[in-house]
Amino acid sequence: MMIKGKTWRFGDDVDTDLIIPARYLNTSDPKELATHCMEDAEPEFARKVRPGDIIVAGNNFGCGSSREHAPLAIKAAGVSCVIAVTFARIFYRNAVNIGLPILESEAAAKEIKEGEELEINLEKGRIINVTTGKVYQAAPFPGFMRELISAGGLIPYVRSRLSR
Amino acid sequence: MTMTEKILAAHAGKQEVKPGELINARVDMVLGNDITAPVAIKEFAKIGVEKVFDPERIALVPDHFTPNKDIKSAEQAKMLREFAKKYGIVYYFEVGRMGIEHCLLPEQGLVGPGELVIGADSHTCTYGALGAFSTGVGSTDMAAGMALGEVWLKVPPSIRFQYYGSLPPWVGGKDLILYTIGQIGVDGALYSAMEFTGEAVTALTMDDRFTMANMAIEAGAKNGIFLVDEKTLAYIEGRFKRSYKKYQSDPEAEYAQEYEFDVSRLEPQVALPHLPENARPVSEVAGIRIDQAVIGSCTNGRIKDLREAAKVLKGQKVHSEVRLIVLPGTQEIYMQALQEGLVEVFVEAGGVVSTPTCGPCLGGHMGILARGEKAVSTTNRNFVGRMGHPESEVYLAGPAVAAASAVKGRITHPGEVLDK
Repeated sequence: MMIKGKTWRFGDDVDTDLIIPARYLNTSDPKELATHCMEDAEPEFARKVRPGDIIVAGNNFGCGSSREHAPLAIKAAGVSCVIAVTFARIFYRNAVNIGLPILESEAAAKEIKEGEELEINLEKGRIINVTTGKVYQAAPFPGFMRELISAGGLIPYVRSRLSR
Repeated sequence: MTMTEKILAAHAGKQEVKPGELINARVDMVLGNDITAPVAIKEFAKIGVEKVFDPERIALVPDHFTPNKDIKSAEQAKMLREFAKKYGIVYYFEVGRMGIEHCLLPEQGLVGPGELVIGADSHTCTYGALGAFSTGVGSTDMAAGMALGEVWLKVPPSIRFQYYGSLPPWVGGKDLILYTIGQIGVDGALYSAMEFTGEAVTALTMDDRFTMANMAIEAGAKNGIFLVDEKTLAYIEGRFKRSYKKYQSDPEAEYAQEYEFDVSRLEPQVALPHLPENARPVSEVAGIRIDQAVIGSCTNGRIKDLREAAKVLKGQKVHSEVRLIVLPGTQEIYMQALQEGLVEVFVEAGGVVSTPTCGPCLGGHMGILARGEKAVSTTNRNFVGRMGHPESEVYLAGPAVAAASAVKGRITHPGEVLDK
């Protein structure tokens, strides 16, 4: 799958309260959550983000709560992929489980600037910075996770396992 | 193997597992709350199974926005209630008979040594205090867990933390874990198991151990774990009904890292906004004016915490410009606090005592901060906007520091209130 979009930059330790504050967790509707996505970090984000846009961040993206509302809000906001140096572990598995593409690449996460345009080949984990011409290779997913991702997430995977 | 690896191997039906290995493991308990379970319930419906894997191994605890703070929250809690009824979930806990999930499950004997527990709440790592492998997962994981009784896991590398020396007065589990996170950072144990050992943690009460294991996630860890000893067994006595298993790490077990801390001169710790890693000795930050003090949560809402706070507050008055909010962790803890006269101490001092709820910890309800306000809190996170307005501030501390600060109106060492 190919992804194309403009980047939004965030720093290290972007926590789940920044991604979607708990005061909005009295709903689980992804569309409603998306209207508050990244609100306390960048109040204009939800209004200005365009379908296909890409989030680029530092270490430990998504730390804190287990709320799946965080990757759901990002996905429903139209974000096509999150690139970071590292992800917090629950966010990582939530993203894989719900089918939000994420990539770990230290060089890409450090060098790519806000507003640059990227082209990403998800299967290959290849990130092309169209603005600068630089190419990055993200860390590959382990085999089982590739299965999960290609099944479309954990629920389709479980369904196919149960029907076998 | 480490004890974490042994528990994972046993639940994956393997002789041995290695860090990095992906396994499919059997779960002993699956947990969800009124924020995470509604998403899980919707996902569960998509799987299309007619029943849950075991109605006695799922716990549903409406504790975050309960007693329901608004209509939307009431609708979410209702989803849990109806799901529990439909699928015959045995451990659904109604308001008035419940508690904050991570205080409640061990208390009710629903988790035990050697077990594997997943919960759609990041602080599920709390049960590592009982020598269990216990970890936070998402709602979709919870849904799959309810259907299959299994979870996919990547075996974490273990990091060993050894604590030497005897703890000074007013220093407890909260101070040890804040200090540890201060040393290694909020991603210092990313994806890893934190194994807590050494004479200083052996000397800790179970309530202190729960506090430490609870905050393993604040260092990015997958789980925190303690050895099972006579204190663990005394705690589960009369509560835990299933058979349990004691695991311990082999002498030749491999650790990704090892830390040794001499804690004999440790001061009570305070973590400054906006990350738990900003831990400082209380003497360095004393004097910061506060508007609110919160004592409670899955981190510090247990009876030992309330006793410690009451010891400081007895005969004292909460500062005229401070709101003190005390939240006992469960109905049982609430009752015990009543019987021991602790509730009277809090009310006499000018504090409020709430029904068990996560409430203010996550900025839900029952004590939200306005712009520019500061709170000292025994909770676990001090992220931007965690307890209310994005321009409010949370200072994390143990119950004695929170109580002393409530009296003085500024961050204060408990000795300043009690020893003088």
